[in-house]
Amino acid sequence: MPEPSPSRPPIGSLAIIAIVVAAGAGAFAYTAGWLSPTRLTPTKIVDSLAPPGGPSLGHRRNHAKGICFTGVFESNGNGAELSSAQVFARGEYPALGRFNLATADANAPDSTVRVRGLGLQLSTPDGEVWRSAMIDPPFFSVSTPEGFYELQLAAHSKDPNAMKAFFAGHLEFAPFAEWAKTAPWTASYAEETYNSLNSFIFVSGSGAEHAVRWSLLPQAQVVPITQEDLAKLGPNHLAQEIAERVAKAPQRWTMVVTVADPGDPTADPSTAWPPGRRAVEVGALVVQRIEGERNGPCREINFDPTILPNGVHVSDDPFPAARSAAYARSYDLRTSELKYYPYHSEAAGGGER
Amino acid sequence: MTSAGKRFTFLQRFLHWLIAICILAMLFIGVGMKSTVAPKYVPLLATHKTLGAIILVLALIRLAVRLRYGAPPLPADLPEPMKLGAHLSHLALYVLMIALPLLGLTMQWTGAYPIVLYGDIRLPSLLPQSDAMHTLLWDAHFYLAFAFFAVILLHVAAALFHALVRRDGVFESMAPTPSHDAPTAVTHAE
Repeated sequence: MPEPSPSRPPIGSLAIIAIVVAAGAGAFAYTAGWLSPTRLTPTKIVDSLAPPGGPSLGHRRNHAKGICFTGVFESNGNGAELSSAQVFARGEYPALGRFNLATADANAPDSTVRVRGLGLQLSTPDGEVWRSAMIDPPFFSVSTPEGFYELQLAAHSKDPNAMKAFFAGHLEFAPFAEWAKTAPWTASYAEETYNSLNSFIFVSGSGAEHAVRWSLLPQAQVVPITQEDLAKLGPNHLAQEIAERVAKAPQRWTMVVTVADPGDPTADPSTAWPPGRRAVEVGALVVQRIEGERNGPCREINFDPTILPNGVHVSDDPFPAARSAAYARSYDLRTSELKYYPYHSEAAGGGER
Repeated sequence: MTSAGKRFTFLQRFLHWLIAICILAMLFIGVGMKSTVAPKYVPLLATHKTLGAIILVLALIRLAVRLRYGAPPLPADLPEPMKLGAHLSHLALYVLMIALPLLGLTMQWTGAYPIVLYGDIRLPSLLPQSDAMHTLLWDAHFYLAFAFFAVILLHVAAALFHALVRRDGVFESMAPTPSHDAPTAVTHAE
């Protein structure tokens, strides 16, 4: 049976089909960013962190050097008026986390890394999980994710004027540079204050919303040390020290939630809120056990700061979203590099390198 | 004429177009969210997870409906290679619309991520964290998503070819238009 053929060649119809398919593919390519080389992507941010010798394969792309801990969060119930999250109801909840150094080099000597951090996961019986990644400066280095990317480019640039140009374009960096130069060092993770820096919204049971930041204040006595003296203690002193200290006694931090006043800059973590803001002590983090990252429970966790319990959500601060996107990229990379992760190069213990 | 006037059931057409909208949104959200560090990343990711769960449920319903009601036969004069292509591409579409949400779900589980959907619905994790499994599932989710979009483009091109060039009733069998083939309607029209 002969096929019914159209009276004229279907050029017009075929053109319509081609246009529809091309438009679909084009819209897809645009959405994927393939037509926008200037779009700031998670890949660009993560790649910009790599040291000159390349990234530490199998490790986090930033805060690459660290050690795991487990313990509990002792909630005193004071946070319950601010957030309905179960973690603020009086009680004791399992905590898991990671002390770390803000470096892309998993083998960096401790005394070469100015910023220290603490990744934390709190779990509650209702199944909710709260992850957070805090650092010890009192404010962040830059006010936007774009600024963070430009800082990485400038810091890794071979152009001797790159940092100068960055300073000129990012006046918010000056206080951070001053902090980095003048703030005292310590010889222990246990003596550091860890700050969320980013602001989040706490939602109470009645639906009231408050913009907050939080901090973990050490209950250990803080003993300042010079950078030179820290270097003399060895390249991996911090991991050894915290393991020994926690083996002797659990280490405690007081968690303080600071509530913004109306008009406080919630979108800019490079700006500290003025003093005198309401501060609520909501409980204590108790670190009870240290485990090397290699076989510890923290290695498999992405401390994505947008993983929040019901009763907490992101604010207008652009960083948690950018961090979430970049952390996911870092996690996907390092989990695909398992064979490079040094599982077998060192016995377990406090000597995390 | 073997298929003219024979259409998929209303339920099948409804599910087809509903799922089509969901899947297109899903694929664009997927590539869009992975290309940005902007604040919209957070709601896009939450939408991607929620929509994925919805698509999985709808696709399973659709599969059951398809197995129950079947499909109108392709035109008898359609060349065999095109018939084969139609069957294989439809099989691929069914496999992908069910597999991709499952890959996304298991990729999140093996990455130790809690899964939170709209309405604070939390799906319990049924798999332990595993670097190797996370990587395998992530790669499959990523590459199969692009393959899915390519098959969809092919599907659209073929549908339009049936509608505009062959005009053989295949497009109309799934078209999002009311049926005019009921005997009474025909009587009235004539």
